[in-house]
Amino acid sequence: MTTAMTPEPSVPPRGASAFGGLARFFDRRPRLRLWSFLTGPMLWLVVAYIGSLILMLSTSLHPIDEFTSQPLKSVWTMANFRDLFTGPYPAKILRTVGVALAVTIVDMVLAVPLAFFFVKVIKPRWRRIAVVAVLMPLWASYIVKVYAWRTLLNPEGGVLAKSVKSSPGFSLLSLILVLAYLWLPYMILPVMSGLERLPDSLLEASADLGGKAGRTLRSVVVPMLVPSVAAGSIFTFSLSLGDYISVKLVGGSTDVIGSTVERQLSTNLPFAAALAVGSIAIMGCYLTGVRRLGAFDSL
Amino acid sequence: MYLGRGVRRSLAAFAALVLVFLYMPLFIVIIQSFNASESAAWPPKRLTTKWWTGVLDQGGWRASLAQSLKVALLATLIALVLGTLTAFAVHRFSFFGRSTVNFLVVLPIALPGIVTGIALRSAFRELDVSLGLLTLVIAHATFCIVVVFNNVIARMRRLTPSIEQASADLGANPFQTFRYVTFPMIRTALLAGALLAFALSFDEIVVTTFTNQGRDTLPQWILDNVFRGKNVTTVNVVAAGVVLLSAVPVWAVQRLTDGGNSSGR
Repeated sequence: MTTAMTPEPSVPPRGASAFGGLARFFDRRPRLRLWSFLTGPMLWLVVAYIGSLILMLSTSLHPIDEFTSQPLKSVWTMANFRDLFTGPYPAKILRTVGVALAVTIVDMVLAVPLAFFFVKVIKPRWRRIAVVAVLMPLWASYIVKVYAWRTLLNPEGGVLAKSVKSSPGFSLLSLILVLAYLWLPYMILPVMSGLERLPDSLLEASADLGGKAGRTLRSVVVPMLVPSVAAGSIFTFSLSLGDYISVKLVGGSTDVIGSTVERQLSTNLPFAAALAVGSIAIMGCYLTGVRRLGAFDSL
Repeated sequence: MYLGRGVRRSLAAFAALVLVFLYMPLFIVIIQSFNASESAAWPPKRLTTKWWTGVLDQGGWRASLAQSLKVALLATLIALVLGTLTAFAVHRFSFFGRSTVNFLVVLPIALPGIVTGIALRSAFRELDVSLGLLTLVIAHATFCIVVVFNNVIARMRRLTPSIEQASADLGANPFQTFRYVTFPMIRTALLAGALLAFALSFDEIVVTTFTNQGRDTLPQWILDNVFRGKNVTTVNVVAAGVVLLSAVPVWAVQRLTDGGNSSGR
């Protein structure tokens, strides 16, 4: 890092330039200086982004005009939210939450032993290579990875069907598998950094006190890892909750919140917005839950 | 350490299996781009480079690539400015609502993509902005801010403030201190943040589908062709190319940040 600090050859003169005057003006007014930093970002994030979220909430409170499929802005109604609890929707919402939870559990089971191996078993100089090995697939294009799985899973002529003669095809199971694949690095990375913060002396103390590997894992490692796993699970859960493209390509006939939102987008925007507000509510519950586990301190 | 050989061996075997799981689909994509069969039937009977050499003559994907590059470049520039400003504000000042700023920056990627997508789409409709390049840039910049912010603030936390104080003591005004002291020290973090923001935008497809109309981005082009089963061999080459190119930012960011905080999304 210090190598990046190559100094410029000459320090410029202290002249009373226009900048110097401006600098002195700001120097005496720290609030103004703060706002010169914050105004732009806050206009963008609060006015544009939070503003859009509020607008979405208001859109979800309108019915649609039956003839034009456009939102009727003069009428306010809770009907869209009532509809979330009737017909096919409760099952769809539960299925989506179930998929997100299943994906999270699969990722947990895969990530914890892998991260433990990378951080506590192999030599430290290999760890950086291990991090890169996890990051490469994370940054490889999302759509290409889903496409690759479509090639693998295709029941007719896919790689699995041809090579091992069995494939889960395009189904709910495949969807969980592919989502778990896609978000696995998001779980591995926080667990790895959680393990890096776990001092080896604790593991040795446990061993000195007679704890075998299994006992140390249960009583020392796992409790210390809860916040990191919870932090990783925010991503695995949230990303699974909102996905509809994997559903389209490998989920077969599986129907989830995301695919409904996509279908209703041009025909019934208010209802799609209500589903999105519902997703925020589910995320809110989930975040409240993992916050208690210390997830936010490990993000 | 305290682990028996058996435990170590089984952990190693497990890790190897997970790595195979992580990499196998990527290898399949690369192999398929050399599959001589017109329909890319598995297993490949013959390998060929003709799809790679002929890919430039195929239309469609190049316009989408140009669109993706334009969006990613503009979104990265905006995110770079906004993310750096926010990082400075949060790091340098203590003010009411500072932790809320942190939260606000993460929100656009912490919420499911369909939520951000629908929210921005309804806003654009309300304001009568027609969907296209402009709306895509706005949407992408919103969720890219966090990457720049994370990289810059992580670097600033590792810097010693006394260097900047020394600069002030030597008579430099704040702009000069930034130009000659602070900026050279955060330069690589800015570059890393920009690279990751660019990669994030280039890859994004969910928010993109909701805020774009007309010319597709490259991921949209791939999705569209995969879904309709069209242009199989071209799609395979483009997909393999995207996978190979995505290694560049990962490698560069590792170099730029000494391996720290690069998970940054």
